[in-house]
Formats: sequence, structure tokens, C-alpha cells
Amino acid sequence: MPKEAIVRTIGLKKTFLLGKIPLHVLKGIDIEIYRGEYISIMGPSGSGKTTLFNMIGGLDKPTEGKVYIDEVDIAQLDAYELAWLRCRKIGYIFQTFNLIPVMTALENVMLPMIFGGMENDEAMNKAKELLETVGLGERLHHKPFELSGGQQQRVAIARALANDPAIILADEPTGNLDLKTGKEIIHLLKEMNKNKEVSIITATHDLKMLDVSDRIIWIRDGMIERIEDRENLQIKVGEVEGEEAG
Amino acid sequence: MATEVPETKKIQRQLTLPLSHAFHMSIRSIRIRFGRSIIVTMSIVLGIAFLMSILSSNAFVTGILEKGPENIKIALQQNLEEIRTRQMWLVSLSLLVCVVGIVNAMLMAVTERSREIGTMKCLGALDKFVVELFLLESSMQGLAGSIIGVIFGGTATFIIYLLRYKGLIWSIFPAGLLLKYSAFSIILGIAISVIGAIYPAYVSAKMEPAEAIRREV
Repeated sequence: MPKEAIVRTIGLKKTFLLGKIPLHVLKGIDIEIYRGEYISIMGPSGSGKTTLFNMIGGLDKPTEGKVYIDEVDIAQLDAYELAWLRCRKIGYIFQTFNLIPVMTALENVMLPMIFGGMENDEAMNKAKELLETVGLGERLHHKPFELSGGQQQRVAIARALANDPAIILADEPTGNLDLKTGKEIIHLLKEMNKNKEVSIITATHDLKMLDVSDRIIWIRDGMIERIEDRENLQIKVGEVEGEEAG
Repeated sequence: MATEVPETKKIQRQLTLPLSHAFHMSIRSIRIRFGRSIIVTMSIVLGIAFLMSILSSNAFVTGILEKGPENIKIALQQNLEEIRTRQMWLVSLSLLVCVVGIVNAMLMAVTERSREIGTMKCLGALDKFVVELFLLESSMQGLAGSIIGVIFGGTATFIIYLLRYKGLIWSIFPAGLLLKYSAFSIILGIAISVIGAIYPAYVSAKMEPAEAIRREV
């Protein structure tokens, strides 16, 4: 099967203004991510991971360069098309979970389906199913503050899957979780990646993520340092950890 | 790539949700955030109660001047000029306090929900829907707060005048004027609440979602 690029960036640059001083966060990123891949974007904090994540997800506009999602240049989309894209094509997972605090787990998962125009009953059934899939079938009517961090992230994963997206973007999904919960979340993401054939792109510096990733894109100072396949990575893990520790 | 985009891949346009969706969501949001909503609504109540007490006091004085017995009228008329000037000051002052208080409360309440607005946009909400949501929420709060404020302010002033002028107050009761002032206060209360909420909601909704989520308050 030929590889089909689901996300493609060409010469992606982003500059923020800190007062009057321009800060070049991304300095020209070219990547191709294929359908069904599990990609980790790794790099130290401040390397531009989250900025790249936001660009790929259509959550922020690049200063220069292009982002193609499913061969569509997202800079060409109007507000309605962009909203549709965010609703149907992409599921987002954040480090800080970002659940709507006043809604129950069930309502949080239903929200993207409601935005997508699905009937209430249908959305509720599907949300229940999804929450059962992520292991929260017992906690449908709990509010975010009544759930642990790991449980909140599970709700967020269910919510990201609500409209059967082609891509799930996860920004530091394990950043606020302890080691064990982090592992569980990573395995859950991998499971969804296999079972639902959804491409997963995570921005992370959690080395636990290496085990499940198909490819790892290393970012440093706003540029791609190297892209590695998992097969070639095994031998390097020691070096990688040494690098992170230094 | 110049190849034709297959049907399944085509980007479609997001649906515009009916107002009833926004209505249900905003009612629920007020109910669930009850504690916070009460504080915001209280500031509307206070602002409007203050304004209404000044306005209704104005109405009673006008009533006495029109229909009251001569002796009181003469006593009032002696320093009428002073009373009028003072009333003018008080009305403008209370208007100002009311506007600033309500706008401040609404700005705070909505700006602190910027992350929520960003998240909703990530999930596919249109800017319009977000603004609608806050418009409904703030106008409901404005309506409730203003009605309570008018009742409080009006009743308090009425009791004060009743104690001072006893039975006389019934004969000069300026119902028409009070009604007019009540309507004015309620409309003003709703308008200020909506403006105070819509502005920050609009700003957050117009931002790129990443920016809205990042926005610190």
C-alpha cells in the first residue's frame, strides 16, 4: 500500500514578538506524516514542539510556510471549513486536559458530536460507548473535578475520538500524570491507533513514548534535528537518556 | 498536488447550530456555576438597586410636588433648586457606579473562561456560537439581576418615604413614573451586562484557539 500523507508541512516558520524582539520559534519545518502512523515529536522544552503541534492542528497560523491536512492547504480555509476540520478530522488532547469544567464526562464527550450536528440521543449513545472503551463506563456523570488526572485524560481521549477523526493530536498528554498513569494513557493511545487506524501525533518529552512510536521527530531550536524509525532507535536509547539527563 | 480531491476527503462547512442549543447550554452553565453566577448577578443587583433607589426617590419627590399638600410643597420648593442639583448628581453617579460595576464583573467572569472558549473552538464551535452562548448567558443574568435590583431599590426607597410622609405617600403615588424608571433600569441593566460579557467573549472567540487557551488572566 502506498504511503498516504495525512499531514504535510512545507517550510513552516513561526515568529513570536516578545515585546519588540522577534523570537523565531520554528525556523523552517518540513515533515510528512502518513495515515495510521504513531508519531512522537520530541525535544527539550522551548524547542518549539507545542508551536509545531498548534500549527499542524490548525490552532494557530504560521508566519510562513504551509500546512496540508489530507492534501488541503489549511490556510485557504474559511472559518466554517476550519471549524469543520477541527470538529471532524482532528481530535485534540492537551497536557492540561481542558475539559469543560461545568459538564459531566458524558457531556464533554458529546460536545464535539453536538457541534457536528448529531442528534442528542445518538451522541449520547456514542459517548457512552467511547467512555466504556477508555475504561470510564462507571463514571459517566462525574464532573472533571471529581475525576483523577488520568481519568480526565481518558475523558479527553474519548472526546478526541468522538467524530472518528483521521488524526489525534496530543500535546504532552502525559505531562501532568504520574509514571504509571502516564504509561496507561500511552498504551490507550497506542490501542486506539491500532484499532481505529487513527494517526496519532504527540508532542512530548516523555521517553516512555518511544516504545510505541513508529517514528520520532527530534526538534531542537525550532528545527528538525533528526527523524528516526523505531527499529533504528533501540540501540540508541542509552544515548538518548544520557542526552536528556545532561 | 494537482490531483482531484475525492469526495470523502473534501472539507465541508461546519453546521450552524440552532439557537436552542446555545440556550440550553447557557442555562445549564448558569445553573452549574451557580455560586459564581450569583456573585456576578449580585453586582448587577447592587448597581441597579442603587440606580433604582435614586430614580424612585426622584419619582416620589416629583409626585409630592405635583399632588402633595401645600405646606409640604412649599417646604420642598424652598430648596428645590438644591434638591434638583443633588438628585442630578446622584443619578449620574449611580449610573456610573452601576455601569462600571457590572462591566467589571462581566469582563472578569468571561475573560477567566478564555481557555474554555479556546477548547470549544478546538472541538469545532464557530465563533458565532461562542458569542451567542455568552450573549444568552449574560442577558439572562442581566434580566434576573435587574429585576431583583429594581424590586430591592424601589421597595427600600418606598419604605423610607412611607416612614417620612406616612399616608400621604398613597395619594401621590407616582405609579407611571416608577414604571418608566423601572423599565429604564431593567433595559440598562441587560444592555450593560451584555456589552460587558460580549466584548471579552468576542475577543477570545476571534483569537486562534491556541492563543485563547494560552491567554492568561
